[in-house]
Amino acid sequence: MSSTPEVYLDAASSERLHPAARDTLVAALERGYADPRRLHRAGRDARLLLDNARAVVADALGVHPDEVGFTSSGTDAVHRGLLGLTAATGRDGIVHSAVEHSAVLHAAAWRPSPATTSIGVDATGRVDLVALAAAAAAPGVGAVALQAANQEVGTLQPVDEAALPDGVPLLVDAAAAVGHVPLPRRWSVLTASAHKWGGPAGIGVLVVRRGTRWTQPFPGDDGLEELGGFPNVPAALAAAAALQAVLAERDEVTARQFGQVATIRAAAAALPDTEVVGAAEARLPHLVTFSCLYVGGDEIVDELARRGFGVASGSACTASTLEPSHVLAAMGALTHGNVRVSLTRETTDEQVAAFCAALGEAVTAIRERAGL
Amino acid sequence: MIELDCRDLPCPRPIIELAKALPGVAVGDLLAVVARDPAARHDVPAWCRMRGQEYVGEERADDGAPRYVVRRLT
Repeated sequence: MSSTPEVYLDAASSERLHPAARDTLVAALERGYADPRRLHRAGRDARLLLDNARAVVADALGVHPDEVGFTSSGTDAVHRGLLGLTAATGRDGIVHSAVEHSAVLHAAAWRPSPATTSIGVDATGRVDLVALAAAAAAPGVGAVALQAANQEVGTLQPVDEAALPDGVPLLVDAAAAVGHVPLPRRWSVLTASAHKWGGPAGIGVLVVRRGTRWTQPFPGDDGLEELGGFPNVPAALAAAAALQAVLAERDEVTARQFGQVATIRAAAAALPDTEVVGAAEARLPHLVTFSCLYVGGDEIVDELARRGFGVASGSACTASTLEPSHVLAAMGALTHGNVRVSLTRETTDEQVAAFCAALGEAVTAIRERAGL
Repeated sequence: MIELDCRDLPCPRPIIELAKALPGVAVGDLLAVVARDPAARHDVPAWCRMRGQEYVGEERADDGAPRYVVRRLT
């Protein structure tokens, strides 16, 4: 094994803490420990920090501070968001694309309903808008869930083009998109996850637009002020600081990443029996997925790790279950030999070039072992 | 019809066996692979698409294991 540090290419699973978040977190740990509901000085300090975090996140997302709540994760935000919509409408049916994050699929399965429908996608992973609108109009549908961008293949969904019936609210899971691309505008509820943009883990964001029929679905009081118990004030403020910093750098970083991903897409497509998966242009700037015939997902992850690159895979043999990625399956894509590369804000052109070279070597080596 | 017994092989071995067996099948003839691995359900059709062969469909072997049938086109 080489002693060279690993080149981390799995930002879509979790981005490294942004330096702005680190400084803010350390300062806020000193000041933001108290209960923000208390009227003593320490409580007022914590309240000030929490309000500041909400205001910064609201400004970054283009919403009002009183529309923003912090949860314990992106998954938690999706669960509370979706189930809060169905609880408020009294209709348990959830219409969602087949390529949503498992948090959405799990929420949809929580209260089985005949109106719950999974909507298919095309070969690039883009949802069928006609089928989505038709399913949303069925009786018993309490909410529609459509992601801003896909977490595995990077395809952007045409959220603002969705023609949904009046009274059927839309939840947009923006966890993969926030900080990377402009967000859709037409939604009632939006969710995100701070560690995907360089904030700390343990902070999700739940935005509920004013006027939306939404209620807290789990035990506790209504409202976004206190979701799931005592708030993590320092982490919320650090998440807000990271988001602010990431958005300030976004144009420069994403332009660079878009080109770097185009380089990796071309290198992967040039390999024999290898298919790049997902939209070529309407995509996240920093993420690319491809699948190589006759290659095990665990083998390619291991071979790339030995060459100094850390990547993810949607193949079954790398998952905790034997089931392959539901996203790749819904797209009709090859599920084995899958590699997902997601660049960090610091990935360099040199690292991308070295990765492309290592990829070709790794695939060739694995196929030779298989006798092909 | 040639049938490959890949019941107990993990992904991507059923697809590797399929690729290795294809040259032994005449153009126009069928080739079947029996595989319990859940990835095969998606990967046999994807292999056919990528390699220009025809995916005929999914059947059951006598013991109930999924059997995927392919027609050689090229």
